[in-house]
Amino acid sequence: MVKFERWVLPEGIEELLPEQAVRVEHLRRQVLDLFSSWGYQLVIPPLVEYMDALIVGAGNDLKRYTFKLVDERNGRLIGVRADMTPQVARIDAHRLQRSGSARLCYFGPVLLTQPRQLGGSRSPLQTGAELYGHPGRESDIEIMRLMLEVLHKTGVRNPFLDLGHVGIFRGLVEQAKLNKDLENRLFDALQRKARPEIEELVSEVNDNNVADMFKALIDLNGGEECLAECKKVLVKANKDVLHALDEVEKISASLKQYFPKLRINFDFAELRGYQYHTGVVFAVYSEGHWQALAQGGRYDDVGAAFGSSRPATGFSMDINTLLRVTESRPKTGKGVWAPAADDINLRQTISDLRAKGERVIEELPGIKDTPQELGCDRQLVSQGTQWVIEDLVK
Amino acid sequence: MVNNMQLQQTLTIALSKGRIYKETVPLLAQAGIEPLDDPEKSRKLILDTNRPEVKIVILRASDVPTYVEYGAADVGVSGKDVLMEHGGDGVYEPLDLRIAQCKLMVAGAPDFASKSGRKRIATKFVNCARRYFEAKGEQVEIIKLYGSMELAPLVGLADGIVDLVDTGNTLRANGLEPLEHIADISSRLIVNKAAMKVKNAAIKTFVSHMEKAVARLHDKDKVSS
Repeated sequence: MVKFERWVLPEGIEELLPEQAVRVEHLRRQVLDLFSSWGYQLVIPPLVEYMDALIVGAGNDLKRYTFKLVDERNGRLIGVRADMTPQVARIDAHRLQRSGSARLCYFGPVLLTQPRQLGGSRSPLQTGAELYGHPGRESDIEIMRLMLEVLHKTGVRNPFLDLGHVGIFRGLVEQAKLNKDLENRLFDALQRKARPEIEELVSEVNDNNVADMFKALIDLNGGEECLAECKKVLVKANKDVLHALDEVEKISASLKQYFPKLRINFDFAELRGYQYHTGVVFAVYSEGHWQALAQGGRYDDVGAAFGSSRPATGFSMDINTLLRVTESRPKTGKGVWAPAADDINLRQTISDLRAKGERVIEELPGIKDTPQELGCDRQLVSQGTQWVIEDLVK
Repeated sequence: MVNNMQLQQTLTIALSKGRIYKETVPLLAQAGIEPLDDPEKSRKLILDTNRPEVKIVILRASDVPTYVEYGAADVGVSGKDVLMEHGGDGVYEPLDLRIAQCKLMVAGAPDFASKSGRKRIATKFVNCARRYFEAKGEQVEIIKLYGSMELAPLVGLADGIVDLVDTGNTLRANGLEPLEHIADISSRLIVNKAAMKVKNAAIKTFVSHMEKAVARLHDKDKVSS
């Protein structure tokens, strides 16, 4: 029989030791404080819920990533959330039922049956912000500004914003009247910018103009110059495509005003979350890291399944990924060491110090810890009836 | 005009030894990149080139997509067979280099098709083989092997094989026939997705140089043949 070592964690399941945990907690506070200062209200969705609610709008992709169990009470399938966005959409559409806008944010672990990228984690710590009820680009811009602020505040230097719009591909599909099978194959080839395959597939497209535009999508990526190029090559596209292009241009112009140094990369073949996204899609990269640090987009009408069709836009990120990219850590002092002594003045002094935010560690009799090993740089010493703080000699 | 940004951006190219390396070097030369060492003679795994910002890493063929997907190399050259077997959409594959061309095929004894019952197929392309027979609506047993596929039907380990076929001579020498065509194989230029975004200008320039090099070599072939 194969012997399993007891201490081995399942593949892709991580735990955080004090050194990292304190940084994650710091990041969590930074992020949630920022969300709160923009008016985003925290919700805490459950760890598990019924499968059909969890995968609404997201389709088979999310189904594959979700761990499932059977609710013994009624035989229904329960899923452990692999993504919190559908949960928050359900809360907005069904529980809150506001008619105006709703700004919600969330933070918590999710579980994946398999990592989303090669060698990735199966237990990301997801956080994000969602804005419901507004259909225009202003809400997309707010969400992207918030995302960039979060990254800035947590110490991400030189972010790259990758900007696209699913309306361009979707509009071309409609214009070409593609069947679902050809659409899927073309989508798949475009995700790999596989020119030889794309050229073969578009030969099945009847309308030559649209076929050329599909081919052009492969190269429609890059900086500012890409927008001008895009307008030139997509000039014969239908009004949905042109509207999408216009949205992207206005959004990027607006973001440039808020973040003059922001580098924006446009990619009109990037169709992240094509099954549920309905408008602009975006991700943030940082040089030297192959994984996106944050991603999101517009996903109108996901709430329809919960009784209230609402415009929606939002972003999410994995705090554990962010942890590897930033140096952010809390500025806490070391600690004060208190000797074991049965003295009412000592007890009072310790409790006063803790109330002021100091870390005070009390000696346990009989254990040979040195104050330094416990992370203390000062100690309490008695002077007559008083206890005063003295620096520890290194 | 030389763009300053482009000069500073480094480029790491992943290649595998042997046929792919030999056939990629002339293309790279056309793109102005020449390795300073020969991997067949040197033990170095990272080769410098005539351009200080460009490095070449030498890997096992099946590891090239992994290195590129992880971003350990920005671009790489990988056979379509390896990419199909690797699966997913983890890398961009913008260019067919039209080198190391061959076919992925089902091969077996001439009476392969008439075998009744569930066929056993020996291959190192487990995913490709499974997908192919599934699409055909045929349930088969797949046996994973690492080499000498042709042997498997001879010793009764399998009824047929799925393997790369170039001339078909090895097959025929062992009494096997190339039977069913699965895919045309050639090497592809692959690109890390984040690099395409973060180093867009440098990568696009490189891809377009390679594209021109492929066209030039291909035209020359046409004229000479």
